[in-house]
Amino acid sequence: MINPQYYKRAYVLGGIVVAVALVFVGRLFYLQVIDTSTKDKADGNALVRQTIYPSRGLIYDRNDSLIVFNQPVYDVMIVVKEMRKGFDTLSFCHAMQISREQFEERMSEVCDRRRNRGYSAYVPQLFWGMLSKEDVAAVQERLFNFAGVSVRKRTLRDYVYPSAAHIVGSVGEVNRQDLERDSYYAIGDYSGRDGIERQYEVLLRGKKGVEVLMRDSKGRIQGSYHNGELDYSAESGTDLQLTIDIRLQQLAEDLLQGKMGSAVAIEPKTGEVLAMVSVPSWDPHSLVGRQRSKNYAALLNDPHKPLMNRAVQAQYPPGSTFKLIQALVGLQTGAITPSTLYGCNGPGSTPIKCTHHHGSPVSLEAGIEQSCNPYFWQAYRDILEQHGYGKNNAIFRRSYDHWRDLVVSFGFAQRFESDISNQVTGSIPRAKTFSRIYGETGWRAITIRSLSIGQGEILVTPLQLANEAACIANSGYYMTPHLVRPLPSMPAIERHQTGVDSVHFGVVQRGMARVMTNGTGRWYNIPELQMCGKTGTVQNPHGKDHAIFIGFAPLDDPQIAVAVVVENAGFGATWACPVATMMMEKYLTDSISRPDLYDRIRSAHFINTQAQ
Amino acid sequence: MMQSSINSRNSIWKGVDWVTILIYLALALFGWVNIYGACYTFEQSSIFSFSNPAGKQFVWILSALVMGLVVLLIDEKLYDILGYWMYAAIIVLLLITPFLANDTKGSMSWIDLGPLKLQPAEFAKFVTAIAVAKYMSRYGYSVRSWRDLVVPFCLIGVPMVIIMIWQKETGSALVFAAFLLVFFTQGMNGKVLLYGFLAILLVVVILKLQIIPDAWIDKVLMPHQRARIEVVLGIREDPMGYGYNVAQSLIAIGSGRFFGKGFLQGTQTKLSFVPEQHTDFIFCTVGEEWGFVGTFVVIALYVGLILRIIYLAQRQRDLFSQIYAYSVASILFVHFTINIGMVIGLLPVIGIPLPFFSYGGSSFWGFTLLLFILLRMDGSRINKMH
Repeated sequence: MINPQYYKRAYVLGGIVVAVALVFVGRLFYLQVIDTSTKDKADGNALVRQTIYPSRGLIYDRNDSLIVFNQPVYDVMIVVKEMRKGFDTLSFCHAMQISREQFEERMSEVCDRRRNRGYSAYVPQLFWGMLSKEDVAAVQERLFNFAGVSVRKRTLRDYVYPSAAHIVGSVGEVNRQDLERDSYYAIGDYSGRDGIERQYEVLLRGKKGVEVLMRDSKGRIQGSYHNGELDYSAESGTDLQLTIDIRLQQLAEDLLQGKMGSAVAIEPKTGEVLAMVSVPSWDPHSLVGRQRSKNYAALLNDPHKPLMNRAVQAQYPPGSTFKLIQALVGLQTGAITPSTLYGCNGPGSTPIKCTHHHGSPVSLEAGIEQSCNPYFWQAYRDILEQHGYGKNNAIFRRSYDHWRDLVVSFGFAQRFESDISNQVTGSIPRAKTFSRIYGETGWRAITIRSLSIGQGEILVTPLQLANEAACIANSGYYMTPHLVRPLPSMPAIERHQTGVDSVHFGVVQRGMARVMTNGTGRWYNIPELQMCGKTGTVQNPHGKDHAIFIGFAPLDDPQIAVAVVVENAGFGATWACPVATMMMEKYLTDSISRPDLYDRIRSAHFINTQAQ
Repeated sequence: MMQSSINSRNSIWKGVDWVTILIYLALALFGWVNIYGACYTFEQSSIFSFSNPAGKQFVWILSALVMGLVVLLIDEKLYDILGYWMYAAIIVLLLITPFLANDTKGSMSWIDLGPLKLQPAEFAKFVTAIAVAKYMSRYGYSVRSWRDLVVPFCLIGVPMVIIMIWQKETGSALVFAAFLLVFFTQGMNGKVLLYGFLAILLVVVILKLQIIPDAWIDKVLMPHQRARIEVVLGIREDPMGYGYNVAQSLIAIGSGRFFGKGFLQGTQTKLSFVPEQHTDFIFCTVGEEWGFVGTFVVIALYVGLILRIIYLAQRQRDLFSQIYAYSVASILFVHFTINIGMVIGLLPVIGIPLPFFSYGGSSFWGFTLLLFILLRMDGSRINKMH
């Protein structure tokens, strides 16, 4: 019955079965063992990571006054699947005060999985963010009319004072670079955009919590994944204490309103920045919430550049305030002694005329008091020429560089390694810079004479000027200027010794005290506060002179060092000095004893001069 | 003769091939566990609860085992005698099914009997196998004669055409192509298989090169069939549309890695990312939860089962049993190939179940009858020596 002829065909059939099975096993081996991309795809399908946002760290001033805190804002959330059943779009738009087009545009954004990766029609999606309590009231009242609409509370920054905008900075939505740089962020997260908010972002932001949920293929939430084993709760951000005295900050901002310039105050012994003002500024409230981008654009386009922090980003020649450095370097190099006298022919002096009237010859103390240009030109010349010029000008150039090293040791021509962001270096040229301009043998002391009185090729920032005052107040050292009291986890503040021995500082400090009692600062002195200072008036090729003042008080035990720059104001003695003295008075006595002066200064406007 | 009949009836287990039964039980059990896994929704629900597919499948399995027992009790000569009548009956049933079918989801292949939905096409397989075996075991039959092939082709063709055109179940109809393998074992020119294979290859190449005008293709294939073929050939990238099932299935299987995510730990199949996860796509639950180890074991079980049946076919003493045995092996092989090939993305999506594994009463019963009739025939082969 059975034909044995085809007996072997069973083996062919068996062979086909085995061959197919081998192909399958090979394919499965590839899919399950070799190709590793599918695991992530499966998790991406099924797992929703719901973020729990921590509250951002608070910011206090040095006296524990709260400056920055968090305010609740409201996001309008929609569940698309629930909206579709007879949603009254028109009245919803009306309640939200948006146009039909805005509604439709936003809806298409929300529903596009490419732009909104976590989209699920069953899960609340952000429809409109950052509404204030008042804005949301209109929607919330009528909320029951709109199926699928809910309101989620989250926090935004709020500020106690309309001050310190440059210091604190602001918080805004993360951009693409942030997302690429730091995997912590997700689209729509907020981070510090500038100032302290940016500098201390990692501390302030805390740690996001996560709840891992499972969703099915339709996006419906099916409960927590692995019984919440992968979940973790949010950790609040760290609170920070600024070194700023907010009252002093407010006073300085108040005095400088309507002007361009800056004021910086430092506690000399610690390097703590007591105030750092740049004007024009803005109210930090304006860069929060829905108005942020509009207001930011306005600030960006303002011709007076309010976003620029003039305290660290503006560079000026230091003018006569630099004479203090010349005196100290002169003493250190031995070019002058406290008793060295130089002659002054008043306005008839060459190569630099004197702008003040005083006797001749003058001593160092009197030279500082009277801000005598010929004195410091001659001192500078002696510093540079005391070892002669040498072959090919080599000794002179070495003397110049030695002078420069001593100047730089006061913190010039560098950024302080601290939490103060956006610093520019300023500049004190090296010998080789002048050699490049004039040739190695082509320049002498006379060539760079304007440096002697702080004009010419040197540029400093107001922060560096305040630090200069702090160095003198400390008789020879400074602590790195900083804005936040270090937490235990942070490195200690560094102490920097200047190249000038402390014995040389007494005469300069006395000279600065005489400035306030007999010299250019005498009109604004408050004798009981033992103020020391130095005015400066910096020639400005673009307009009226810049007014500069640096100083500290009290002489016996300096508590505050100040630098004030008022652009296009004229004499330092007239505009910068009163601001500085009122700041010192406010800090030391917590009062203002000269209300008339206060009113006069704060109502003065110099802001339009440059706009012309 | 009477005596031996009684003897065999007294001890129905005598001569029954235990290897086949063990593999059968292993597949049914593992399938059942995976159906529970596929339909598990993270809310505790008993594997025996009738409210979920696993609970129902348990009932199907138990009732199928009873059917199997009954089949072992029935003398196999019954099939020889009633072969054509059974065939005629099933053809009538197939024809009237669309009228009895509850036309939900556009399917015309289900007869709704309350809690039970019968799919006659699942039973047409073993009935056709019996009819074909009966005809081909006639004295003087030669598969090499074209005239002798006419009737078997008709026996296969009629249910195939009814199922494909009348019931619109292309997948179930394609399974009848398995009989080509049976003809081959009986001496049909081997070139037919080779040419068939080459023809498929040619079609694949032509479609891949896209040199045929779309209008021509659309005349032959339904739009969804064309789309499914194009997805497999990589012509069409459509992971959210026609390619969705397969894309999600591959993610499910691949994400299982070597050892799998563990029983009830699969997220792909549980959260219904893979459609038809407990029926046609049950294999991806194995892949996700039991990993490569699981898929390898399942494939090994099928290969073992089919090779065992081929071995059983070879040891048959009469042609009727032998042809029937080859039919069983071929039908199981085609199901295995098309189903797993589809789930792992090697073949277009063709909705047919994985034998003994997929959820479904009709298919489980149909395959059980198919297999146990063979076991009865095999168990009685000793008697036929006399």
